[in-house]
Amino acid sequence: MLIRRPDDLPSSEITPEAIANDRRRFIGAAGALALGAAAAPAWLKAATPNEVRAALARQDDKVTSFEDATTYNNYYEFGTGKDEPVDQAKDFRPKPWTIEIAGMVKKPRTMGFDDLFRGLPVQDKVYRHRCVEAWSMVIPWQGTPLRDVINRCEPLPSAKFVEFTTLYDPKRMPGQARPILNWPYKEGLRMDEAMHPLALLATGMYGKSLPNQNGAPVKLVVPWKYGFKGIKAIVKIRFTDTMPRTTWAEANSNEYGFYANVNPAVDHPRWSQAKERRIGSILKIPTLPFNGYTDQVASLYAGMDLRKNY
Amino acid sequence: MATAESVVRGTLRPTRWILALAPLVWLVVRAFQGDLGANPIERIEDESGQWTLRFLALSLAITPLIRLTQWGWLIRERRFFGLAAFGYASTHLLVYLGLDQGFDLHDIGEDILKHLWITVGMAAFLLLLPLAITSTKGWIRRLGGARWRALHRLAYVAAFLGCIHFLWSVKKDLTEPIIYSSVFAILMAMRAIRQPRTTR
Repeated sequence: MLIRRPDDLPSSEITPEAIANDRRRFIGAAGALALGAAAAPAWLKAATPNEVRAALARQDDKVTSFEDATTYNNYYEFGTGKDEPVDQAKDFRPKPWTIEIAGMVKKPRTMGFDDLFRGLPVQDKVYRHRCVEAWSMVIPWQGTPLRDVINRCEPLPSAKFVEFTTLYDPKRMPGQARPILNWPYKEGLRMDEAMHPLALLATGMYGKSLPNQNGAPVKLVVPWKYGFKGIKAIVKIRFTDTMPRTTWAEANSNEYGFYANVNPAVDHPRWSQAKERRIGSILKIPTLPFNGYTDQVASLYAGMDLRKNY
Repeated sequence: MATAESVVRGTLRPTRWILALAPLVWLVVRAFQGDLGANPIERIEDESGQWTLRFLALSLAITPLIRLTQWGWLIRERRFFGLAAFGYASTHLLVYLGLDQGFDLHDIGEDILKHLWITVGMAAFLLLLPLAITSTKGWIRRLGGARWRALHRLAYVAAFLGCIHFLWSVKKDLTEPIIYSSVFAILMAMRAIRQPRTTR
């Protein structure tokens, strides 16, 4: 279920004017909170119990401003600072683009971007986006359900997992010149996760083609999982019968797992996952299991110990 | 030497307050202009934390500098920059307690107990607290020079814990914490090398 159907999304929410107003409201609130919090912490705590905070924050799940969503990005291929990708990716050319279909498929081949998506539905999906770092956004994506693309790839029945790979080209992605992560970035899903109707290959957001710093020309969006599962600038889709290695799990397996389902009950070793800061507001709100998509996806994990399979 | 000394002294004394307050003022100005990016609280925490380490490094650089230059008056700048570090540490802590955690004592307690890098950061602040309190002439007199100096060696421990806190806060790119740690390591090494000749 979407948090809001795209046709309900008023265009005013993504206009620059609205962004400016949001920003002003936020700063005013920040100032008031700074003063008020220092003076009356007891009042503050009493006035905003968790449930009220959650209700306030979720009553509309307001769409994050375009500016925030495009200037605050974890995309180490374009710098490890979150404000770096917007600058370092500005000259990146996402077209022409090819995607290799490999592994357990009827016919391994390399397809042009347009050929891969030709004739497939493009849908509007407004999803919550929960980063493993305990912040979140609400983003209107445009893209094709992953399962439609997978069907076009014609995987063999023996395929149990799908693995995605980001472009490796340090000349075009300057962050790859440093061995911060084991390039190229790789991510993966179990086939049943990948075939879930919520899983999306996004080619646009906010009604525009996907900005470079957000993973142009195509990124994975799996809204019930932490953001690092949403691999960007995909050049290869490989089907396999063994669980693929994924970049963050390889970098630090204690902190990042293959499943990476949003789970307020399982803390990151260095911080709590019970709450999140919705970008654009101050006080943290409780994080929901599966990022609020429990009804849709919990059955995928029936009988699994989600503490072990984090 | 005397002219270089008077130039440095003449510019440092009136500008040190500007040096100490400019980062804070700049931070506040940007906060009210909405110029701190999508996650202003994270940005304030990052910058106030880094300025704490910078001023701590500056205060710990004074002693080796005095040994090199024989400029005894610099000792007063050591206190000034030490207090500046404490000011930024307090800002850092308050922003964490208030804006980040919303003064939720349960969450804060859990964070301190469960997450070692928070424990270490809190310990570093608690070590700076007695140093700030006993930074006055009165306290130096009351404690006596030897005891006061021994107490204020806690600054080394605070710097070490501050670096660990920064190092463990980072997800993957350790460049910045390594730079800070190296600066402190050099300052400590300068002490170790000079120590035997000057104290007796």
